[in-house]
Amino acid sequence: MNWTWFHKWGSPKWFFQKTESLIYWFGFLALIFLVVGLVWGLAFAPEDFKQGNSFRIFYIHVPSAILAQSIFLAMAISAAVGLIWRMKLAHVFVETAAPIGASITLLALLTGAIWGKPTWGTWWVWDARLTSTLIQFFLYLGIISLHQSIENRDTASKATAIACLVGVVNLPIIKFSVNWWNTLHQPATFTLTESPAMATEMWVPGLIMVLGFYMLFAYLVTLRMRSEILEREKGSAWVKAYLEKLNVL
Amino acid sequence: MIGRVFHYEFLQAYRRRSELVTPVVFFVLVCSMFPLALGSVADLLAPLASGVIWVAALLATLLSLDQMFRQDFDDGILEQMELSEVPFYQLVAIKILAHWCLTGLPLVVLSPLLAMMLFMPSESYLSLIVGLFLGTPILSLIGAIGAALTVKIRRGNVVLSLLIMPLYVPVLIFGATAPVMAAQGIMPAAQLLWLAAMLVLAATLAPLAASLGLRINIYGS
Repeated sequence: MNWTWFHKWGSPKWFFQKTESLIYWFGFLALIFLVVGLVWGLAFAPEDFKQGNSFRIFYIHVPSAILAQSIFLAMAISAAVGLIWRMKLAHVFVETAAPIGASITLLALLTGAIWGKPTWGTWWVWDARLTSTLIQFFLYLGIISLHQSIENRDTASKATAIACLVGVVNLPIIKFSVNWWNTLHQPATFTLTESPAMATEMWVPGLIMVLGFYMLFAYLVTLRMRSEILEREKGSAWVKAYLEKLNVL
Repeated sequence: MIGRVFHYEFLQAYRRRSELVTPVVFFVLVCSMFPLALGSVADLLAPLASGVIWVAALLATLLSLDQMFRQDFDDGILEQMELSEVPFYQLVAIKILAHWCLTGLPLVVLSPLLAMMLFMPSESYLSLIVGLFLGTPILSLIGAIGAALTVKIRRGNVVLSLLIMPLYVPVLIFGATAPVMAAQGIMPAAQLLWLAAMLVLAATLAPLAASLGLRINIYGS
């Protein structure tokens, strides 16, 4: 198998040039999916017969909860790539994705609390999934603060990558232990093997929102990675040429 | 070499006796704050006792973690250990073991006394002690990874706590529920076996991760 594409994507310059147009696609698709999903979900999807209109926060809560977990996994894979192949771009991804992941996790927790009030009658319960999401949020914060407190950039990258890997080894154990400790939350809505138990016209906009959230993440992380690359490579010739073309210098 | 490192750790600890006592005193102090805050009623404290002791043990371990590698890192001993012919992770494992003997083990030994002060039912004692005996080494092992990663940060303690505390959740859950189960007359085998399994996993992987973390800080890249 030919691995040149892999090494090409590891080069900051290549990444910067390739994402020049790609980033507009991410932004465009995110906008389309989010607008369609939100309008459909909030205005046209049928009401839940038990929860009424309050269930509509599902269209923000579930996508953010799914994305929050995916980002952690993506960060861990990227951290491993960065450590094994010494690929700086992978470290850049980990560092720029972490704050986004933390914000999305916080969004999932907040929308969950807002949903919990009318449905369960309380803002917060110490249920398994809420607790493990909260702990995941703390893990994100730990990783971010570790990265910010180490001054040397290379040391910070590698230390953050190790923390990510340790976190991802622990996450299943944390989930299992918390699950075992207490369970009240409904089981997962979307699984790969079965079609959801919700009505079709209810979950389709949800799926569109999930795609929209992924695209939004792709857009935001590419944007942050590009500015981080410019910052890191500011001494190099291609960055100077790029900035001259923009008439910034 | 391994025996010498172990001896060196104990010698160092003996020369810094006051630092050694701090986590233990902290442990006892935190435990005795709870009756003061919650009231001294035995019926109220008894069900909380195992949770209080476990949280206090966790905090006492966190307090001691920062010193695990810092001194040896600053004066270059860790660098010499890294360069020695013995694999570095083995030496790190020995350092972690010494750390547990000096901070974790005293907590295990003291726990029955505190359990008594918190009116823990007598059926729970054994599972508390066994749980702490299996659990506190996990706290030292996972904590070592955090201590290794933050060894260069001047005020590393806060970052270290933030990074490590979420990882302590499973240990805390299994450790603190075992005595509660025992008080209800149920044999808490599942919890204790889980702690033992996590100990095996942590003992296998944590020295590797911690030595990698130390290497990154030693070589600066």
